[in-house]
Amino acid sequence: MAFWNKEIETMPRAELEKLQLSLLKKNVRTMYDSSKFIHDRMKSVGISPADVTDLKTFRKIPFTVKTDFRDNYPDKLFVRPYEDLERLHVSSGTTGKPTVVGYTRKDLDDWAESLARGMVSFGMSKRDLIQNAHGYGLFTGGLGVHYAAEKIGATVLPASTGNTERQIQLMRDLPVTAFAGTPSYLFHIAEVCEEKGIDIQRDTKLRLAISGGEPWSESMRTKIQDRTGIRMHNCYGASEFYGPSFLECEKQCGLHTWADICYIEILDKNGDQCAEGERGEIVITMLQKEAFPLIRYKIMDISSLTWEKCECGRTHPRLMRLSGRTDDMLCVRGVNVFPSQIESVIGEIPFLSTFYHITLENKNYMDDMVVEVELNESSLKEDMTELLKRTRFVEDKLKNVLSISAKVKLLLPGTLKRFEGKSQHVTDNRRDDW
Amino acid sequence: MENENIITQLSIFVSNEPGRLAAIAGILKEFKINVKGLNLAESSEFGILRAIVDEPDKAYDNIRSRGVIVKKTDVIGIKMKDAPGSLFDAADVLGKAGINIEYGYAYSGRNLDYLFVRVDDTEGAIGILKKAGIELVKRSEI
Ligand SMILES: [Zn+2]
Repeated sequence: MAFWNKEIETMPRAELEKLQLSLLKKNVRTMYDSSKFIHDRMKSVGISPADVTDLKTFRKIPFTVKTDFRDNYPDKLFVRPYEDLERLHVSSGTTGKPTVVGYTRKDLDDWAESLARGMVSFGMSKRDLIQNAHGYGLFTGGLGVHYAAEKIGATVLPASTGNTERQIQLMRDLPVTAFAGTPSYLFHIAEVCEEKGIDIQRDTKLRLAISGGEPWSESMRTKIQDRTGIRMHNCYGASEFYGPSFLECEKQCGLHTWADICYIEILDKNGDQCAEGERGEIVITMLQKEAFPLIRYKIMDISSLTWEKCECGRTHPRLMRLSGRTDDMLCVRGVNVFPSQIESVIGEIPFLSTFYHITLENKNYMDDMVVEVELNESSLKEDMTELLKRTRFVEDKLKNVLSISAKVKLLLPGTLKRFEGKSQHVTDNRRDDW
Repeated sequence: MENENIITQLSIFVSNEPGRLAAIAGILKEFKINVKGLNLAESSEFGILRAIVDEPDKAYDNIRSRGVIVKKTDVIGIKMKDAPGSLFDAADVLGKAGINIEYGYAYSGRNLDYLFVRVDDTEGAIGILKKAGIELVKRSEI
């Protein structure tokens, strides 16, 4: 078993917890002094950095939530000037305004370190050639995997998303051994290969994959692995942390988080700490982040955490498979979509009413999103050409905001089912048992 | 005075659910609405039933009272003496005048065939067609 940073990755739990607490205290002190946001939050509950001597006191600090990023758009949470920042990434927010995150040199190094440990843990090395089919650009997936793979000395093929034909050609023509992308995209590639009579096991050297960016199941892993011979490793992260940050090791038994990089709490419905192994809401604190504070952040994902030493020898806590969200966020083709984003686009278009419904399908092994929305009766036109134009108009607007395309169906007023109380805006018919 | 050659067409919006079209037909029958011309345009989500009826205002109120979405649209009725020739003449003069035909549909009457057309400039089209000697349907003739 190879390690990227054996000393830290296999440190006994007691030492690790000591290290974690000292980093936590240091981070709280730094952010209290430099971030008005954290300063005010701590003041509001009467806690100063000197009080934070243990985790119990630390857990009194109020949560940070997604809307804090929106309210402090674009960069008011940053505690470092732009001359200290080396990169920005932008992800979608819940409505209108996106979330902007910044990175100092150290932040970028720590991000790559976190992923580098994970890559080595499932058997990647400098001998690997990784085809990175995560999107390069404002999203964190592409560059995150890119720099970590370079850090361990692997060769990177920055394929980015899309153009399945070319992706397949590249993995056949070049000695590609590893792949990074969403699990559904890998499944799609496997489908296309089969249609073309290409046998991934025979015709390529692919053997490892990092698969994240969307929820997927154990049964999906088994199916794709059996079909392609590629060992798939789950990946977890969010741009607010750094980006994709934590991976599974070759034992495929949960995501290895790093206690010197983050402190993770799992909370039950009442906000109390869950027992080890119990499912609850993930609350994360980044311990070494410099560009902006991320203290007690509610990422809205549900999972459980175990400190049980992994068979691979790593001692850090592992996050089990994510099982749902505490909000209504959807993950479509690896992109986070909030129904509220769609609602705000609809609200700005005068010829639409406020009634809409989102349906998700994955019949062709790729997610399809259909947005049905009722037309406004007073601006109803009996002109079919105009109707088609309006449909395209709404599709363009949605694509601009969501970064992925949705099929739009404009309906007559009164067509959609009305609900008493909270509307049911989403029907998710996606199967994960392919 | 309103132009007597402007014919009021009813545009009835029908969602693409099974039985919806039959329900609309039932309403037309119930109120004894006499349909003189009919055309169905469809998108993938809904259809528009275009109808020329003898008492459009009354029919409009009747249909609306059943919760059906209906709009009034101005169209022109062209009398077709010999179908291919008349169609060409009408389309030709309108085309030359830069008036766009959005859609049209035919109706065979007892003595004569009619072509109902929707154009982007109704008044202008009426003037041009009449000047070219093309006979139009009067509202009172419906
Ligand atoms: Zn392990």
